[in-house]
Amino acid sequence: MSAITHHVPDAILAAYAAGSLPQAFAVAVASHVSLCAHCRAALEAHQAVGGVILEDTEAVAVSSSLRNSILDQLDVPFTPEPVYERNGIYPGPVIEAMQGRAPRWKKLGMGVRQDILSADAQGSVRLLYIPPGQAVPDHSHNGLEMTLVLHGSFSDETGRFGVGDLEIADETVEHTPVADPGAACICLAATDARLRFNALVPRLLQPLFRI
Amino acid sequence: MLTQTIDLQKLVKSEKVTPRRERKPVSQVKTEYSNETIWMLAVRDDRDRGAFAALFDHFAPRLKGFIIKGGASPQQAEEIVQDVMLTIWRKADMFDPHRAQVSAWVYQIARNRRIDIARKENRPMPEALKEEPELEPDASQILGLEQETTQLKCALAALKPEQREVIEKAYLGELTHQEISTQTGLPLGTIKSRIRLGLQRLRHELKDLTQ
Ligand SMILES: [Zn+2]
Repeated sequence: MSAITHHVPDAILAAYAAGSLPQAFAVAVASHVSLCAHCRAALEAHQAVGGVILEDTEAVAVSSSLRNSILDQLDVPFTPEPVYERNGIYPGPVIEAMQGRAPRWKKLGMGVRQDILSADAQGSVRLLYIPPGQAVPDHSHNGLEMTLVLHGSFSDETGRFGVGDLEIADETVEHTPVADPGAACICLAATDARLRFNALVPRLLQPLFRI
Repeated sequence: MLTQTIDLQKLVKSEKVTPRRERKPVSQVKTEYSNETIWMLAVRDDRDRGAFAALFDHFAPRLKGFIIKGGASPQQAEEIVQDVMLTIWRKADMFDPHRAQVSAWVYQIARNRRIDIARKENRPMPEALKEEPELEPDASQILGLEQETTQLKCALAALKPEQREVIEKAYLGELTHQEISTQTGLPLGTIKSRIRLGLQRLRHELKDLTQ
C-alpha cells in the first residue's frame, strides 16, 4: 500500500476547524483526516490556534445561575451521540453520511455506478464506482470538487491518486480521471454545486439523475 | 490541593505501566503542567467536581465572549456555554494532553456546538483516536506541547492588528476557505510536528488506520 501523497491544503483545514467549510466538503475532509495522520496533526494544530484565540478572548461575565445549573446537571443521565465506526473501505464520516446503511449503487452507464449520499443547493456528496481502466464521465463543475479515493486508484492530467489521496479541483480544471487497471476505483466525491457531465448524460436529463 | 511545583523526574522515570485506574490522582502528582491541564486531567481521571468548577470559572466567561463575537446573542451564548461545559464533563475521556491543549480541545467542542445549532445537522468529525488506557503519560511531550502553544500565542501577539483580526475572523468561522486561502502565513510554526509526536504515541491505532 502506497502512502498518502495528496493532502488537505491548510486553508481548507483551517476552515474545517472553524466550521466554515460547506457540509459536503466537511464530510470529505473528515474522511481524509480519518485516514491520514499527517492531516490529523495539521488539523489539531489549527485547533491549537483556535484555542489560543479563545484563551485571549475578552471574558464576558456569565449569569450567576449558570454555574450551579451546570454543576447540578453533572449526574443527569444522557444519551451519548452515536459513534460511526469504519466499515471496510468506508471511514466513519462516510458511514455517518450513509446513516449506517450499505452503499446503494445506481448504474450511470459504461459500468460506472454512483450512490448519492446527499444533494441539495449547498452541494452534494456521492460515492462513485469506476471499473478498472474506465474513465469517469467527462465533466466540469462550478466551484470546487473534492475526490477522496477509498479503493483502487485513478489518474488524471494532474497525477495519480491512491487510497486516502484527496484531489481538489476547481472550475478551471477540466479533468478526466481514469481508474487505473487492475482494480475498480471507489471514491467519495463532494461538490458545492451540481456537477455538469459533458458527454455521458445530456444536460437536460441531469435534474433527473441528480448529478 | 492542586500543587504545581516541579517534580518532573518522578513522572518521567516511572516506566512501570499501570492502568489509569491505579494511577495516582493527578492532583497528587507534582508537575509544572498548566492549571487547565491539571484540572482537565482531574476531571478525566478522577471525575473531580472541584476541578470542573475551576474549569468552568476559567472557560465559561471566555467562551461566552467568544461565542458573542461569533454573532450569537448573550442568551444564546449562555445556552451554548452550558452545552460546551457539559460536553467537557461527559467526553472528558476523549481528552489527550499529548495532542491537544485544553483550550484547543474546548475550542473544537465550541465550534461543533455552534455549527450543530446553526445548521441543525452534525458536523462530520474524523474517527476518534483514543489514547490507550495502559499508556503512561509522557510528561515531556505534554510540557512540550504547552511550550509550543505559548510560542504560538507569542506569534499571534506579534502580528499586526489587521493580520490578527483576519486570523481571529478565520477561526471564528467568519471567512470562507477561499478567503482564508488568500491570507498567507497562518502562524502554525512547529506546533504541527509537536502534535505529530503525540500522534506517534498512538501508533497501534495508527497502524490500523494506515495499513
Ligand atoms: Zn492528509
